[in-house]
Amino acid sequence: MPMLVEPYAAPHLTSRFWPVVMRNLLVWKKLAGPSVLGNIAEPLITLVAFGYGVGSLIGTVADMPYVQYLASGSVAASCALAATFEGLYSAYSRMAVQKTWDSILNAPVALDDIVFAEMLWAAIKALFSCTAILVVIFALGISRAPSMLLALPVLGLAGVTFASLALVFNALAKGYDFFTYYFTLVITPMTFLSGVYFPIAQMPDWLQAVAQVLPLKAAVDLVRPLVLGKIPADPLLPLGILTAYACAGYYLALVLTRRRFFG
Amino acid sequence: MPEPLLRVSHLTKKYGDAVVVDDLSFAIAPGECLGVIGPNGAGKTTTIRICLGLTGADGGEVEAFGMPMPERVRDAKKRIGVVTQFDSLDPDFSCVENLRVYGSYFGLPRATIAERVPRLLDFAALQSKASARPGELSGGMKRRLSLGRALINDPDLLLLDEPTTGLDPQARHLMWERLQNLLQQGKAILLTTHFMDEAERLCDRLLVLDHGRKIAEGRPRDLIAAHLESDVVEVYGDGAAAAGKLHGALAERVETSGETVFFYLREPKRLLDALASDHSIRYLHRPANLEDLFLKLTGRQIRDDS
Repeated sequence: MPMLVEPYAAPHLTSRFWPVVMRNLLVWKKLAGPSVLGNIAEPLITLVAFGYGVGSLIGTVADMPYVQYLASGSVAASCALAATFEGLYSAYSRMAVQKTWDSILNAPVALDDIVFAEMLWAAIKALFSCTAILVVIFALGISRAPSMLLALPVLGLAGVTFASLALVFNALAKGYDFFTYYFTLVITPMTFLSGVYFPIAQMPDWLQAVAQVLPLKAAVDLVRPLVLGKIPADPLLPLGILTAYACAGYYLALVLTRRRFFG
Repeated sequence: MPEPLLRVSHLTKKYGDAVVVDDLSFAIAPGECLGVIGPNGAGKTTTIRICLGLTGADGGEVEAFGMPMPERVRDAKKRIGVVTQFDSLDPDFSCVENLRVYGSYFGLPRATIAERVPRLLDFAALQSKASARPGELSGGMKRRLSLGRALINDPDLLLLDEPTTGLDPQARHLMWERLQNLLQQGKAILLTTHFMDEAERLCDRLLVLDHGRKIAEGRPRDLIAAHLESDVVEVYGDGAAAAGKLHGALAERVETSGETVFFYLREPKRLLDALASDHSIRYLHRPANLEDLFLKLTGRQIRDDS
């Protein structure tokens, strides 16, 4: 009998991934009220409190009012956080707790389709929350630059990147507790090293060198100028970093998920 | 026999050194109900998972609708409906949404789904629960919704893994009635169960598995006739063990399980006369059934290795 699934094979995708994305969207719509409220209220409160509060103490950062620095960085960080959360806790619920994936696998939908759908959905959900923050930034007048719209495709790519990385850890998880490590040891330090809340210029050189290859730093480098009405000076390198993490992360997540299901 | 819907040949599956499916062969004809019975760990669920391409086999072949598996699993699944042992309904969706969303996984047109959903709710006796979520349903309702969901693609073959486990008698009878209805519609069913009355009532043919091996196959009545004496006398009470020793010669076979002694025999009259005068016991005379067959073939010891 031939092998069920060759774990290292290239992704095999069909249009059947789409109903799985739609399924997740339908669940989200049911819970959208509190979700949208949280997506808007949280950045509104944070930007007002820290942006204007701390901003009034420290004035300008990197030649811009602190509230602009914080707001533009927060958009990228929230994108990473939302995609990560969806790719860890929510995907794990569907995969291991509710057995949603198992029931989908009894229909003519393959595991490759499901992993792709989960990745795409986590990126879409991240875009929802980024859009909410951009609306808040616009409403508060922190920025009204039309180039904010150009940040959206970049945030979509960042969502794909962080969703893929999260799905790697989802595939390895034996329970929710495992994700605490990823947040504490990966996401939180990365946030502080990526110039979201404060510039990294005063950090030791070696730490700055590390920061240059972090996906969140790449996202911030692209999103911050776009949100504030500028064109990123050197977009190719950060775009390349995000794409590389996305491709490698997605492939690794797929291989590990195949092994988890078909060992 | 017409061309089978599902043909399993010399299937073997090992986990490390443990052989969980051992050279298993069987087939299901259109419209047939095949029951798979066996103790926990006999390989029932593993066999179903291999048939669905969810677990790899170490040897043998599976063919569904004439297509080799797992290569053509996607095409085969379009014609298969599955009810798993544990409910995997979407907790956030109503009954209607559960059916509708599951239909979308099959790529069914909206109009087809819209036309089938009310009929399936009706079939599952859940019309009044259309907008209820699984959390608000009883165990029997959930199982019927799972069955309805498995029918959304109008399958030719249903794979049902212990569909009535955990249900109360009312809910089980309703489930049986629905399964009989499906058989009358010409659907083929592969059913695993621990309930021998269920197997006897629903199945045209039975497969008895133990340690992954097929140890018997045939029509329920034929299997009982081939392997067992026609009558059973069960004896309980303080004097049961003594009665077993005293009257053992009157039966073809005597088995003791805990405090109960089972006499297997073809001519019960002499034993019944002898027991009638013994006031230290109670007894029950009944025809041999599938449970007796099952216990004879697979033994009385408890299997915990599920």
